[in-house]
Amino acid sequence: MGPLIVNEIISQNTNLFLAFIIGIGFGFVLEANGFSSSRRLAGMFYGYDTTVLKVFFTAAIVGAVGLLFMSLFKWIDLSYIYINPTYLWSTLGGGVIMGAGFILGGYCPGTSFCAASIGKLDALAFIGGMFIGIFIFAEGYPLWENFYNAKFLGAPLLSDYFGASRGLLTFLIILVALGMFWVGEWAEKKFAREDYKLNQ
Amino acid sequence: MKQKKYMNPYLGGTLLGLVLIVAFWVSGRGLGASGAAKSAIVAGVNTVAPTHVEKTAFYSDYLETHPNPLNEWLVFQMLGVIVGGFLSGAIAGRLKFKVEKSPKITNKTRLIFAVLGGVFFGFGSQLGRGCTSGSALTGMAVLSLSGFLSMAAIFGTAFALAYFARKLWI
Repeated sequence: MGPLIVNEIISQNTNLFLAFIIGIGFGFVLEANGFSSSRRLAGMFYGYDTTVLKVFFTAAIVGAVGLLFMSLFKWIDLSYIYINPTYLWSTLGGGVIMGAGFILGGYCPGTSFCAASIGKLDALAFIGGMFIGIFIFAEGYPLWENFYNAKFLGAPLLSDYFGASRGLLTFLIILVALGMFWVGEWAEKKFAREDYKLNQ
Repeated sequence: MKQKKYMNPYLGGTLLGLVLIVAFWVSGRGLGASGAAKSAIVAGVNTVAPTHVEKTAFYSDYLETHPNPLNEWLVFQMLGVIVGGFLSGAIAGRLKFKVEKSPKITNKTRLIFAVLGGVFFGFGSQLGRGCTSGSALTGMAVLSLSGFLSMAAIFGTAFALAYFARKLWI
């Protein structure tokens, strides 16, 4: 039966209304986990707070396993799920630039809106910068258009790439994530800071 | 009012995963953030300088497939994020105007680097066709190759540069 909009079970306007409701859930969970705090987000990269790793990978696992279950029960048709295309150079290049933005700015786009909603002024500054960055990309587009479209590989799954099944890859990701959770818990003790209290 | 503690991160991650699944079930696409900012930029530029938009490929291509850029799924989802974040902050007693930073730097330094980081992230999200939400998190949940590459590039670079930016945070 799902995705509802693709199978025309709901109207376009209902879809947009549900987007708003889903967004409320997204924003609420981000804020309740402290993704509205730049020092907490940046803590990931110094080991004193690895919440980002724990939340991010738990969510990715739940999402991946959830999709497999939904497909198994015929609640969702996986062939209608959007798969992000891979343009090798721009995926990597964009990621590198975003990584620099993350460590300098302390937020990513979603978390900056979430943080601004509770009054973080550094998040507002980040959002201002983000609009400038998108504007620069749009205005200078002819300069990087070739790089943007280079090395297009289609929309492969990582499991296709390794010749494994979706289920096996998901299982391996769960194992990797468990290992990373263990490292995260270890790092928070090893790199704890006196001027920063975890989870308060 | 005393501030409440944050949620247990594994519970939080599970809830975020469930929100993601609902998004797939409803729309066939996951969550996103930078796409909404792009819609806002295209709509804004189109209002201020419509002739410039017609002549610029990036805007006119986008408008061809998205004739009403503010009537987009991600725009409504991001409006929800602002409401949801505010609700959680209100319940937990965390609503407060402040600049968050390391005690070693001034507010001005923090704000300058926040703008700079935003410029990088905004640019990178367009080049990489999505940010941490749309490309890395959602991309990994659907097991797409680009999701894993994007995640590795974003977090790998941030780790690699962490030493040079340490004064901003620790």
